[in-house]
Amino acid sequence: MRFLFKTDYEDDIRLFPHSGYFVSYGVLLALLVIAPFVLSSYIVSQLVFVCIYATVGVGLMILTGFTGQASLGHAAFLAIGAYTAAYLQQFDVPFPVYFLAAGLLTGLVGALVGFPALRLQGIYLVIATISFAFIVEEVLARWESVTHGNEGMRVKTMSLFGTMVPRDGPVFYFLCLSVLILTIVGTLNLLRSPTGRAFVAIRDSETAARSMGINVSLYKVKSFAISAGITGLAGVLFAHKLSFISPEMFTLQLSIEFIIVILIGGTFSLHGAVLGAIFLVMIDPFLTYLKDDMPGVIAGLAATFGAGKATADGIQSSVAAFASANGLKGAIYGVIIVLFVLFEPLGLYGRWLKIKLFFQLFPLYKRATFKRQKIYVKSERNR
Amino acid sequence: MLDFVQQLVSGIALGCVYGLIALGFVLVYKATEVVNFAQGDLMMLGGFFAFTFIGMLGLNYWVGFAGAVIAMALFGMLAERVVVRPILGYPQFSIIMATIGLGYFLRSVVGMIWGTDDFKIETPFSQGVLRIGSLVLAYDKLSVIAATVILCALLYLFFNRTTLGTAMRASSENMLAAYYMGIPVKRVVSIVWAISAAVATCAGVLLAPITFIHSNVGLVLGLKAFPAAVLGGFGSIPGAVVGGVMIGVIESMAGFYLPQGWKDVAPYIVLLVVLLLKPEGLFGVHMRKKV
Repeated sequence: MRFLFKTDYEDDIRLFPHSGYFVSYGVLLALLVIAPFVLSSYIVSQLVFVCIYATVGVGLMILTGFTGQASLGHAAFLAIGAYTAAYLQQFDVPFPVYFLAAGLLTGLVGALVGFPALRLQGIYLVIATISFAFIVEEVLARWESVTHGNEGMRVKTMSLFGTMVPRDGPVFYFLCLSVLILTIVGTLNLLRSPTGRAFVAIRDSETAARSMGINVSLYKVKSFAISAGITGLAGVLFAHKLSFISPEMFTLQLSIEFIIVILIGGTFSLHGAVLGAIFLVMIDPFLTYLKDDMPGVIAGLAATFGAGKATADGIQSSVAAFASANGLKGAIYGVIIVLFVLFEPLGLYGRWLKIKLFFQLFPLYKRATFKRQKIYVKSERNR
Repeated sequence: MLDFVQQLVSGIALGCVYGLIALGFVLVYKATEVVNFAQGDLMMLGGFFAFTFIGMLGLNYWVGFAGAVIAMALFGMLAERVVVRPILGYPQFSIIMATIGLGYFLRSVVGMIWGTDDFKIETPFSQGVLRIGSLVLAYDKLSVIAATVILCALLYLFFNRTTLGTAMRASSENMLAAYYMGIPVKRVVSIVWAISAAVATCAGVLLAPITFIHSNVGLVLGLKAFPAAVLGGFGSIPGAVVGGVMIGVIESMAGFYLPQGWKDVAPYIVLLVVLLLKPEGLFGVHMRKKV
């Protein structure tokens, strides 16, 4: 086990606490750089979605994970970013300009949402953000002069400094990847600045934060604005990736998916946003696999274990029927959420930390290290 | 004027359905401080149970209704045991996510079993109207209003007058202290879930003649019942019904008098305004924490 000897605050807030970080992140970066040249275009396309979802996840993590303000309305911020891009693109505004404009506008809207949210907490905040998302969705469907209503808007191929960037090409992948990396680095820097410390203080106890002299309202609004702004940036990439946007793409379902991203990844660390995004995006290929290959595989297994041909065929067709049933995706989502909340509340990254600690402490690992405290008193839950 | 009264009555009937779902939210919230996002889906499942008993097995309406209520009460207990009990006491958000997951699961399983078509239950109230002057009131809508009033009164008395109701309020306030006082907190929570699932079933069955039941009806109506519960202050039984009626009336008035599109948004706009002015809802009690 490695013991880090810290002698001052600078040691404590280092982005790379020790040399091992350079190696592991360097290898990861190298793998990601060569990925588009090695992997099939389908996988690269999925990786682009991972980048976009992870960017949203990082934005949501700032708000929900670090400031403790739940939001089920992030699809609306994504929509605002996407529509800003699509609208400005019609007037031949260059990509960098509308990219930043979308981020700024969404951040502004986020701040506006943050003000009413100041007085709300817990379930009321969740409901208020859901309401906001519904209103945005309806506005997008009705404001036809700008958004073309339910017909949706076509997003032209991105043109970056005079060259076209097709949405399936490696350049687009690198663009999304660099946006993700910049967002993560920016967020890490934010979190070790006074602003980030204030966010975390608000999450842990609003009363205590206020008595330490933190302007809770100001920082909550800031958190909303930053979170929304990042989501808006992701929205631009989302619009370009899909090349077509319409209001029914930005429903509550999408907001819930974003929450699933950070919930599955683990709501206490930025690693969680990325891991959760990988997990969520990979559900679709997994389902395809389930539909196409699983019945044959299971039937093959059954045949190996001595089932007759008729039985094996029966198994194959029933598995196929199950795998292609309507709404299987919803059931899988549901089961995944429930299982994670029940058994892995710290998410995938929490699991990774547990495994790491297990090996570091080898015979002395205590399960209780990660146990959360249960609170049974109502007034304690009211922060 | 006649239009207005007609809209008012149908708004109240719709609002009573929201109120019934909201009652389920409030019951669970009052007793356990848990917000059940799957309440609408419990309603949907109850509707499908009733459809199975009445429409497919051909039972008498009342027998089928009772059967569905009992089956759903048991299901509510099961859901509490499997999903909610292990995470009681954890942050609210975990429980919200768990019930959202439960809702997803129920929707897609119902879609797999019964299909995604619309279903209708034949009820004694399906036909016939009550005429007062030139005002026409359909029996199915009146039945919803009557059932809501009765259920609301019963539950209010139950919570405020019976021992079990007092035990529920006590365990909501402080589970540990309630447990020390000899209240079987686990059983109390289990019973609350059973009651709330039963109330949801009543909503589902009464709703079936008005809007058809399909696997997504719970999501659609549940999301309308939320503003209702919040308007009423999330901890108040009469508040839930009043909030539901307000949402229903606002919705049907907006659908009639305002341009297209306002109908779906108006409840949420009202909700946001109310939350801005009075964050704890109209009938809510503001909680403070001692530091």
